[in-house]
Amino acid sequence: MTAPLIELRHIGKSFAAVRALDDVSLSIGRGEIHCLAGENGSGKSTLIKVISGIWQPDQGEILMDGQKMEGLTPRSAIAHGVQVIYQDFSLFPNLSVAENLALSSELHEGRKLVSWRRVRQIAAEAIAKLGVDLDLDALVETLPTAGKQLVAIARALMSDPHLLIMDEPTTALTGREVEALFRVVRDIQGRGIAVLFVSHKMREMLEISERLTVIRSGRVVAAGPISEFDEARITRAMTGQEIAAEGYRWTGDPRGKPLLEVAALSIPGQLENIALRIMPGEIVGVSGLLGSGRTELALALFGMKPGYEGRVRIDGREVRLDSVQEAIGHGIAYVPEDRLTEGLFLTQTIDRNMLVTSHDRLSRGGIMQGGRAAREAAEMIREMAIATPTGDRPVTQLSGGNQQRVVIGRWLLNDPRLLILNGPTVGVDVGSKAGIHRKIRELAQSRGLGVLMISDDLPELMDNCNRILVLHRGRLVSDTPAAETNEAKLSELLGALA
Amino acid sequence: MKSLALTLRRHPEWMVAAVLVVAVLTIGLINPVFWQPANIFSLLRASVITGILALAVLLVMLSGGIDVSFPAFAIAAMYLTVKAMIAWGFDGVLLPFAMATAIGIGLGLVNAVFVHHLRMIPLIVTLGTGTAVRGFILGVVGTSQINIDQMPPLLIDFARQDLFTVTQGDGSAAGLSAMVLVYAVIALGVHLMLRHTMMGRSIYALGGGEEAARRVGFNTRRTTFFIYGLAGALAGFAGLLHGAMIWTANPRDMVGLELDVIAAVVLGGASIFGGRGSVIGTMLGVLTLVVITNSLIILGVDTTWQRVVVGLIVIAATAVTAWRDRKRIA
Repeated sequence: MTAPLIELRHIGKSFAAVRALDDVSLSIGRGEIHCLAGENGSGKSTLIKVISGIWQPDQGEILMDGQKMEGLTPRSAIAHGVQVIYQDFSLFPNLSVAENLALSSELHEGRKLVSWRRVRQIAAEAIAKLGVDLDLDALVETLPTAGKQLVAIARALMSDPHLLIMDEPTTALTGREVEALFRVVRDIQGRGIAVLFVSHKMREMLEISERLTVIRSGRVVAAGPISEFDEARITRAMTGQEIAAEGYRWTGDPRGKPLLEVAALSIPGQLENIALRIMPGEIVGVSGLLGSGRTELALALFGMKPGYEGRVRIDGREVRLDSVQEAIGHGIAYVPEDRLTEGLFLTQTIDRNMLVTSHDRLSRGGIMQGGRAAREAAEMIREMAIATPTGDRPVTQLSGGNQQRVVIGRWLLNDPRLLILNGPTVGVDVGSKAGIHRKIRELAQSRGLGVLMISDDLPELMDNCNRILVLHRGRLVSDTPAAETNEAKLSELLGALA
Repeated sequence: MKSLALTLRRHPEWMVAAVLVVAVLTIGLINPVFWQPANIFSLLRASVITGILALAVLLVMLSGGIDVSFPAFAIAAMYLTVKAMIAWGFDGVLLPFAMATAIGIGLGLVNAVFVHHLRMIPLIVTLGTGTAVRGFILGVVGTSQINIDQMPPLLIDFARQDLFTVTQGDGSAAGLSAMVLVYAVIALGVHLMLRHTMMGRSIYALGGGEEAARRVGFNTRRTTFFIYGLAGALAGFAGLLHGAMIWTANPRDMVGLELDVIAAVVLGGASIFGGRGSVIGTMLGVLTLVVITNSLIILGVDTTWQRVVVGLIVIAATAVTAWRDRKRIA
């Protein structure tokens, strides 16, 4: 039996007190499509960085072609044929496709001068190798995401790698683009190049990979040929929870007065004739592919799509939500998907971030009541169980999960009626995730808060929502109680839409 | 609109070229004196110093930074060099320019250390070094202006040379300063460096994304030191040339010039976010700025309005580039 292309034996890696990888073993054969699965924060990225030589493992050994590697560096990893395509592609948006492709090979050949004819020639060869069609003179920033990805793949293939690592390659792609990507990946495999496909999306893993390794909290929890897996087993391995994990039950009166009622909501080109209602205490999940209109729905309800058509009622009263101020005034709170750029003031303290939406309420005659503000912030830190000794620490010092609690806590200070969460646990580690979920459920139950939870993460929706909506191309295509569906059905539905 | 935005993103030089043509035609129409060789030559001459300094700013801006220390560095190099020449009784051209350039490189490398090793924001670094250098010159080296009677004669003779002279309609002679050629040679050198060397491309790469540049394998430290060193060299050289061209070495000169130069570079299509800009565009931007501000006089507008015009140009040019780059910021 020939040695595998790459073999990791008992790899361990710690950062300060955090054990990022613990006794991880993994082997990838030549020309194999191997899937590395795990939730955010499970240690996937750390593992990639160990294989590509960016980080040295504390324990264990790495073998390439059966040969032990000591002190692997990015350069030596590349020399051994390991190429990584990062999620952000690491391209130069301001340069042409041709130059993006040619730069690294020119650089590694130690050239001092640039011949534009050679640059074009190298680039044309790289594109031809991949068998795709790209305008060599286009600036990379003008390409769609799928185009940028092709440039990144073409660039990685130029050095004739043995192993191509793709970090979450399908995140920003549409269904059709994912299909095209899979064709490219299979074609790459056909040339004897192994592909390590890093993902957390069930359907994709089952479709593309031959072998699967699942890691959770830095440990390998399942591994084997893909035929041994189904969605339920992967989910169980990734989350560590039994599927039977109790879903959220809404116990309110279905004939009561709805908290939110939306009728015939339309925004040309974005949303079409959406009707939905949310009762107090309900947690309603929203799923849909990228571009399905789910974020637009959230923005419309938060007053950021002024001039929408249709009617919105809150507590039975008809309201217009044409500005963020009006939406907040009607008790609507929105936690955006990208909390780092949209939700938090990163240079400010936890307290200030927390109080930023409460200034009007906490001030008298335009002057903040410092004592009351500090007291409320401290209470909320306790209530949301944010891991910090005091609120005057910079918010950047918190982990992703705790930052998310700050954003949620901020809105709770204003006693909202409806909380809209867009990707509530993106970039949050597994342990924290469960904590946030528990908190959201508690709030819905005890305060009668209505929650609209938008997420890509189907298990997250299944576990926390009592009802799940599916949007597609701006239309509401399904509205089902969570008890009557399951993850497989949902992902099948989403797959059919793609 | 879309194709216009695309064209502008690929070739922002067209925009400034159009602005220049419109400005020249309008001014020439209002006052035909504009077309006299003496005026044209004087405009070209006036763009030499701003132009060389603009090339320095272009380098820094391409890498994603901004430099406001160059007028201070230029003045420091000029004043120290002239002082030294007088003190040592030396007169000449090559050696003094070498010295001024070397002073500029030294100061530029100080900027590079702060920017690269301490990861400081270039604007703050260069504000600090520029202010400190100005203070040092005035406090330690001297505050007195060195006038024509003390200036080294060979230096002045060098800067006085004309490429050629023409006789104008009224019989007076007008010459084109040979310093325009010096500027052109430097610009050509910077252009070739940016366009055809790996070092030049690494500057664009750095401006496109520092992390990506590092992952591809660029030595970003070397690139940063090169950028600030060369920017300093250009500033030092321009400083001494400026003194030679106006026959005075004034340690309080060039105050506020940074805004004019940055305005010219932005007008020339360079992006304040880095990664975009060219030597051609910058030269056109400089010429446009010089034509507009200097023509206010022959248009009969009070010269105090010059500052208003410069400010408006900065805002208008930045607005256009921001519109062009909006996709990237969003």
